[in-house]
Amino acid sequence: MLSRLRQGVTALLSAAAAWRLFKPAVFLACLAPGVWLGVRAWRFFRGGDFLALGPDPAKTLLHETGENALVILFITLSVTPVRRLFQVNRLQAVRRMLGVWAFTYALSHVSVYLVFDQLCYSVATCEFNAIKEDILKRRFIFAGMTAFSILLPLAITSTSGWVRRLKKNWQRLHRLVYVAAGAAVVHYTWIQKSDIRVPLRYAAVLLLLLGIRVVFAWQKRRPVPYGRRRRPPGAGGRP
Amino acid sequence: MLVKTKTSADLPYSEVTPEPVYRSRREFISATAVGVLGAAACLSAGPEAQAALATTSKSAPALDPATDPLTAFEQITTYNNYYEFGTGKGDPARYAHRLTVKPWAVKVDGLVNKPGDYGVEDLVNFRELEERVYRHRCVERWSMVIPWIGVPLAAVLKKIDPQPKAQFVEVTTAVRPSEMPGLATAGLQWPYVEGLRMDEAMHPLSLMVVGLYGKVLPNQNGAPLRIHIPWKYGFKSGKSIVRIRLMEKMPATTWAMQTPHEYGFYANVNPTVDHPRWSQGREQRLPSPFRDRPTILFNGYGDQVASLYAGMDLRKYY
Repeated sequence: MLSRLRQGVTALLSAAAAWRLFKPAVFLACLAPGVWLGVRAWRFFRGGDFLALGPDPAKTLLHETGENALVILFITLSVTPVRRLFQVNRLQAVRRMLGVWAFTYALSHVSVYLVFDQLCYSVATCEFNAIKEDILKRRFIFAGMTAFSILLPLAITSTSGWVRRLKKNWQRLHRLVYVAAGAAVVHYTWIQKSDIRVPLRYAAVLLLLLGIRVVFAWQKRRPVPYGRRRRPPGAGGRP
Repeated sequence: MLVKTKTSADLPYSEVTPEPVYRSRREFISATAVGVLGAAACLSAGPEAQAALATTSKSAPALDPATDPLTAFEQITTYNNYYEFGTGKGDPARYAHRLTVKPWAVKVDGLVNKPGDYGVEDLVNFRELEERVYRHRCVERWSMVIPWIGVPLAAVLKKIDPQPKAQFVEVTTAVRPSEMPGLATAGLQWPYVEGLRMDEAMHPLSLMVVGLYGKVLPNQNGAPLRIHIPWKYGFKSGKSIVRIRLMEKMPATTWAMQTPHEYGFYANVNPTVDHPRWSQGREQRLPSPFRDRPTILFNGYGDQVASLYAGMDLRKYY
């Protein structure tokens, strides 16, 4: 029963990943919530529809960009576990793009905070001291800025050129994404006034994803029982 | 000789409502507004109305429409903190219609000479309703300007006849598990309890509210009966009140119990006392997206209420 379900998921994912338009489709899926937010923002700022972004426009922009960043970051993190559990290697093709989308929404999230909350639409109005104070004194902003400061170098080094240049260190560097995701969940938890059920759900999913990776790493190291060992001819064995 | 004596029905011309105000009233009075509210609603809304109000209201100076224009009715009634219906700002507007507001009973007890169960109309004299245009500042750094309809809280307290020993007023708000979907999930202790010092409650600015914009108070704004204390953060202004108790000791209030380092009993609007998670220095006047308004001490009502706190360290008693 379970194996049939797994086969079904594998077949579905393989078919999707093999689709000629898989990558563009994922791209558009990531773009869509941003466009929808942009359309409402346009109606609010230019169209005179003062409820287009809900009663609190800045908060809508802040929450939706933040939430999109978090959701896409989690999808990015689940690519490798899903790929390995269901053995659909082609999924790997969209992982980097998903990561860059997560960063794009995180960047918009930070920009909304800077422009609307700290008035950084011009250098003269920008409340630099208030930003500094926010980062140093408010733990949720510190956690959020930590997450963003980790994502920033990861996004910059996401190009093929950087992959080549950093060689093995690229993977080591990009493992920091788990720290960024953790900091983002902490950021989300600390901003809540009383109800932390949703952030706790994110935390649980993150622990699950991290757990899967730990199991994978552990499986890699564990020696395969002798009789079942299959060694390709000529390949050196792992100690 | 015929001597004409004036009766209360003979109004002088100075009392006549200016025509633009009269003409604009229909925009604000819903067809369903009860007649008694309608009387107060003649003063409703619009800059002209605010100006008219300035000359009729003795206790509350009207706000300047140039700097504090009224916040739209749609904004006031769709953006609410009323955790009993859920923690989302839109949850109250979505779910509060489930609240049964008729009949409504308010239990009055503690240090009063007239304890008992009161109906809304026993506590609020609907012939004395007045419109008060107040700034409303939330501890979350947003603010609105709301034309409330109500009576001074002092008038309500006089009806229940406080005993001399009463130092504090405690208000308890409704808990209806079958009507309030947020009760199970919001993470607060129920019922929601707020309180005021007696002199704060008796202050002429403190208002017992039954309506806004000339209409009966919408459920999401705390129907049928709520208080509004304009110089304090919004969470002090309890909604849908079911109990008023007068006490000698300071009541334990919900947010002050929940996170004492973030919320105190006084909760006076104060730009120099930060919330641990954010600065209170600036605020956002909805629907503007920019947090570009300097917050004013006591929400701009300092000339009337600062004396209540003379000699108190406002950093300690936040």
